[in-house]
Amino acid sequence: MTATVEAAPVAAVPVTRGYRFELVKLVSQWRIRLLVLACWLAPAVFVAAVSQQSDLPTDTLFGRWMNITGWAGPLVMLGFAGVYALPLLTSVVAGDVFAAEDRLGTWRHLLVAVRSHRRIFVSKALASLTVILVLVAGMAVSSAVGGVLAVGGQPLVGLDGHVIAPADAAGLVLLAWICVLAPTLALAGIGLLGSVALGRSPMGLLLPAVVALAMGVAQMLPLPVAVRLALPSYGFIAWEGLFTSPAQAGPLVIGIVVSLLWAVLATTLAYLLFVRRDFTNLSTDGTSRRALTLGALPLAGLLVVTIGFVAVATPSTGSGIDQDKVQQSVATAFAHLYRLQTRQLHRPDVTEEQLATTVACTKGDGLVEPEGPGNDWRCVATWHLPGTTAAGQAIYQLDVASDGQYVADGDGPKEVNGYFQVRTPDGDQPNPLWQFDGHIELLSKG
Amino acid sequence: MDDATLAVRARGITKCFGDVVALDHVDLDIAPGQIHGLVGPNGAGKTTLLGLLLGLAVADEGSLEILGAPVAKASGVAGFVDGPGLYPSLTARKNLAALAKLRGLDADIDEVLAEVGLADVADDRVRGFSLGMRQRLGLAAALLTKPRLLVLDEPANGLDPAGKKHVHGVLHRLAAEGSTVVVSSHRMDDVEALCAEVTILATGRVVFTGPLGKLSSDDQELDYRLRTSDPSAASRLAAETTGVVVVDGAELLVVRAMVPALDALMSRLIGAGVAVRELAPVVSPLEAAFLDLTEQESGR
Repeated sequence: MTATVEAAPVAAVPVTRGYRFELVKLVSQWRIRLLVLACWLAPAVFVAAVSQQSDLPTDTLFGRWMNITGWAGPLVMLGFAGVYALPLLTSVVAGDVFAAEDRLGTWRHLLVAVRSHRRIFVSKALASLTVILVLVAGMAVSSAVGGVLAVGGQPLVGLDGHVIAPADAAGLVLLAWICVLAPTLALAGIGLLGSVALGRSPMGLLLPAVVALAMGVAQMLPLPVAVRLALPSYGFIAWEGLFTSPAQAGPLVIGIVVSLLWAVLATTLAYLLFVRRDFTNLSTDGTSRRALTLGALPLAGLLVVTIGFVAVATPSTGSGIDQDKVQQSVATAFAHLYRLQTRQLHRPDVTEEQLATTVACTKGDGLVEPEGPGNDWRCVATWHLPGTTAAGQAIYQLDVASDGQYVADGDGPKEVNGYFQVRTPDGDQPNPLWQFDGHIELLSKG
Repeated sequence: MDDATLAVRARGITKCFGDVVALDHVDLDIAPGQIHGLVGPNGAGKTTLLGLLLGLAVADEGSLEILGAPVAKASGVAGFVDGPGLYPSLTARKNLAALAKLRGLDADIDEVLAEVGLADVADDRVRGFSLGMRQRLGLAAALLTKPRLLVLDEPANGLDPAGKKHVHGVLHRLAAEGSTVVVSSHRMDDVEALCAEVTILATGRVVFTGPLGKLSSDDQELDYRLRTSDPSAASRLAAETTGVVVVDGAELLVVRAMVPALDALMSRLIGAGVAVRELAPVVSPLEAAFLDLTEQESGR
């Protein structure tokens, strides 16, 4: 090389070039390549394999429909992703994007090359966001393709028992995956914050997973609805409200807005920490104390403000689960599923209005207040058939989770809900009334 | 020299980290086209000063101009501190190509790799590189930008003698073509082989700056190792010579003297028929001066 004394350009590197540089570095890592491959292949294999089995994951939302319609698979995958995959992916990508430079000792090199803390931050944040989006898209597309190829794109049964046409089901599945991008961004923001604040510490890398785990545990506790909705983790389950008719839009919107607020605040805090970092003195950066003051406290403040706002703006006191709501939800789902069973058995069609289903529920054999989550709910559904005076009755044991999701387990009579299959002229088929999933809107008034 | 033509002009530079004063009112002038050594014991402030030259941090006090412009607006500066920043999952070529794209440079990667002697391993991942190879690649990354001021922290670390000679050749050529090179080193022999001028830092202060020749002079008393054909006669003659002190005569004769007294001892040895087989300073004059200056500063 012939070195000359011609001046090299010194202006800060544009974000687009920095973004490409960061993307090259991320994609060159074996673990990222492996993750991309896994996210684009494994869900398809998993969904296709499970859909072919007779023993379905009935304890997972939509799991019981996996061998009926291909649209159930991506929703089962979505439920799994919200709890495990997405927190871990954000940890590996966003949680490491700054810490990797600490580990490799490349900060000074990068700063000399780019000459702008701000642009480095933006480039890294955008690159990690891109990789996360590719991974999430992979899981969504792969699981949907796997499901549809293995089972077909039949109609999907919603969480209130209504039948969703294939095209609508496809749209809702897509929308559900888009909705979980908001809490994923919140975790990515927390990942960036952990990566900047805690650097090489394993805690920096694992922060999104740890936060997601803590919030997941909180969602399982009997907390007031306002607290539940103020946590960004609610966004990972709020999509369930899309699969009722009408959609439970209130909690969904709140979940998305809260998640985006967390994403913006956590990313801003990470940015402020990053631009204030002194890269000539790596030993005395005092990150732990700053992490506490600049990281945890503002996020805790946001949580408190959000709880207050949700509590004031919505009917969100208590658990959000009461007798009226349970009865209404079970009645609606039962009526829809009864019609489905009627069609399976090739009986004369009836409408929900003709059935005039009512449900009476008690909790703890009537010994406790009929309110809140628990597996001791018992409901009796009563319906009428056109042309008959006698009313039919069916019993259900309900396990209601604190997030409003429940499983209704048929307890007789056996002709209606006592057996997991029904004998139809076309052969045995799953009995939709034997066991079904439902969802109680926590914010609605009973 | 006119201040406007200096490659580096620092006046009263002070940088603190909390209560620790890393640099304490440092003044420094470095002429263009020069290889300037920056030496000092650990914690002397070398890395901090190099970081300021590279624009990684801002001084708390004082002014720093690079190539006639304030450091924040300086152009044509490249280099590394605390080792070269390389990405182990990328090959040598991809490391440089990504950097060139990042900086928007239309550089000939192969030419730069050949320049530092890494053409044969261009497509190997940096993960498998030795420290010396990483140092060379770090230098290549700096050369990509065609710097007018090249700042290198311990560039000879991990290099074998051939590698060191190669790198020194590259730096000499750069200097000959008008670029300025500032290198820090712990090894005084490297500084002697490479630099025209040197700045010695101790506890954040400049204790010497100027040409190497000024640092080591004839009036410096040094310890010399003396191997002869007759050690007992040599020891006796050394003890009898004015200005010469026998430091150690047990196995190998070590004498302490200034150059004129040492000349007198040599004459006497030859006159007495004692053959001189080896005469060498125990520590180099430059290192002795360095130790003397830095110990003085530390003792304050």
